[in-house]
Amino acid sequence: MNQKQKRTLLRILLSLALFIAALLLPLEGAGRLAAFLLPYAAIGYDVLWRAIRGILHGQVFDENFLMALATVGALLTGEYPEAVAVMLFYQVGELFQSYAVGRSRKSIASLMDIRPDYANLERDGDIVQVDPEEVAAGDTIVVKPGERIPLDGVVLDGRTSVDTAALTGESLPRDVAPGDDVVSGCINASGLIRVQVTKAFGESTVAKILELVENASSKKARAENFITRFARVYTPAVVIAALLLALLPPLLFGGSWENWIHRALIFLVISCPCALVISVPLSFFGGIGGASRSGILVKGGSYLEALANTEIVVFDKTGTLTRGVFNVTAVHPDTVSEAKLLELAALAESYSDHPVARSLREAYGLEIDRSRIEEVAEKAGHGVTARIDGQNVAVGNDKLMETSGAAWRPCHHVGTTVHVAVNGSYAGHIVISDEVKPDAKEAIAALKAAGIRKTVMLTGDAAEVGEAVAAQLGIDEVHTRLLPGDKVDRVEELLRQRSAKGRLAFVGDGINDAPVLARADLGIAMGALGSDAAIEAADIVLMDDKPSKIATAIRISRRTRQIVYQNIVFALGVKALVLLLGAFGMANMWEAVFADVGVSVIAILNASRALKAGK
Amino acid sequence: MKKSFKMHDLDCANCAAKMEAAIQKIDGVESAAVSFLSQRLTLEAEEAGFDAIMKQVVKTCKRIEPDCTIEL
Repeated sequence: MNQKQKRTLLRILLSLALFIAALLLPLEGAGRLAAFLLPYAAIGYDVLWRAIRGILHGQVFDENFLMALATVGALLTGEYPEAVAVMLFYQVGELFQSYAVGRSRKSIASLMDIRPDYANLERDGDIVQVDPEEVAAGDTIVVKPGERIPLDGVVLDGRTSVDTAALTGESLPRDVAPGDDVVSGCINASGLIRVQVTKAFGESTVAKILELVENASSKKARAENFITRFARVYTPAVVIAALLLALLPPLLFGGSWENWIHRALIFLVISCPCALVISVPLSFFGGIGGASRSGILVKGGSYLEALANTEIVVFDKTGTLTRGVFNVTAVHPDTVSEAKLLELAALAESYSDHPVARSLREAYGLEIDRSRIEEVAEKAGHGVTARIDGQNVAVGNDKLMETSGAAWRPCHHVGTTVHVAVNGSYAGHIVISDEVKPDAKEAIAALKAAGIRKTVMLTGDAAEVGEAVAAQLGIDEVHTRLLPGDKVDRVEELLRQRSAKGRLAFVGDGINDAPVLARADLGIAMGALGSDAAIEAADIVLMDDKPSKIATAIRISRRTRQIVYQNIVFALGVKALVLLLGAFGMANMWEAVFADVGVSVIAILNASRALKAGK
Repeated sequence: MKKSFKMHDLDCANCAAKMEAAIQKIDGVESAAVSFLSQRLTLEAEEAGFDAIMKQVVKTCKRIEPDCTIEL
């Protein structure tokens, strides 16, 4: 609680004591009025003052004005306890509201507590602590264990593991060594590192993320806009209804003035749309906060809303469902051991810079003894021949096998096949392919379980590779051999297949697919840690590169939407009910106060559940 | 030009909504969003005369919620 809230609480307690005293004192007439006016003034003076100030500024349907009118009306009709109670409960509700909202704000702020306070800058051989904004690209900084990495950069020396949990929600630390990139906002967990800064603070990942989060609330969801528009009509409508209720029955049917004015006052108490106006944005705010805790950044309530209506999810293949790096995925020896086959291939390819050669060496994993290798010859479009330990080894594709006379056989695995022949006879083959991400299959299954109607994969890759991946993951539809421009056309075609309310989400890695991200209803970029192009192009940003986060995001969005609907239906329902009962003289002031403040409090409590949606 | 401002003592959600509606009506304002929760005003307006527009914005906010101030 802040100072202001504490003061209000004190005032509430004081007025409550005075109110109870007034109820207990056996006073009549003017004495009784005076006894109730005391707590009324103590609790309501600011509301009255703001009401007057509001009228002077032309703010007629201001909530202060309505409260003032309702309570003054109650005083005039002799309902002193009701007048005080309404004001008292109103203030309790306001206090609670400001406390609850403050807490939500704080917990979201702490989720996004990634702003670095300082950087240890190396300057003329000394290390000085400076504001991260003072550091320029190219400077060298030192990050000690336990410190937050203040700027994006490349590790010059030192080894450590970095904790990216604040950005990605991923609890497993990542190891870095000299030459690796480090991202601002992460925590250096174990060792001292020297980092060469690659971007000034303004362009750093952490600054981009903070900017995104701070601006998230400016893109409002349709439900939010609906509520704002509704509130603008609701209050005047109820006030006019109150006026008619006070005037018409007594004038036309000769009802008692006091009775009908009392009913009208009940209307005034309920006329404030606060519960709705606050709880709907608060739910979205909480949903966005909960998502960011899981490493899912949503750029606005409108996108969270669209996500809940997703029908079709379109994936890019390379880098999204697959790792985007080539790896040895199968070793099929015919005459030698697996390790031997891999060794022969790695040794033969040891002078090559081709990605295939690199992945072979990586899979081999041992130091390459170049003294064992002689007479290396590379045949473009075929492969490599070499003498290894005195044997003639040929490593390459089927064409190379034909020329060396080895009886090769094709492989049923999808990918690039590298054949190996020793002294002209076939030794076996190695398959190199882009690896499917470990959680990709689970991600597609989770989307299906969440009721996504269709999953589609778009790829520029060859048909058999694309179709094999799609089949392996259980994707419904696949389009292969696409150029970047074709992807936009495909997405437009798919956009026509969705229902009126349904939305299409495109998931890419932000590289080369900015036009598609923009064209889809919802652009989701993944693996954005360190890629600001992706952060800019997409509506939703997954900080790590796990496709399974999409289902998590959809779950959060649906939960948020559910909370929003609950709040709208509940608040409107209770208000409508009490209005109806009030009009027929079956509700009293107390119920009206509940319909106003009580509903507000319950709606806020419900909205704060959205914050926990991440877990 | 798009700029974002921090707001202080914005205590009521309905007032924020009213401010937003009023600011959107000011001449030269392309879009405006007042977020009660992040206590922030995001204003998109013509580059020329931005300061003059901002003065009007401050005046408008003062009229709706006299306690609220905008950090310029």
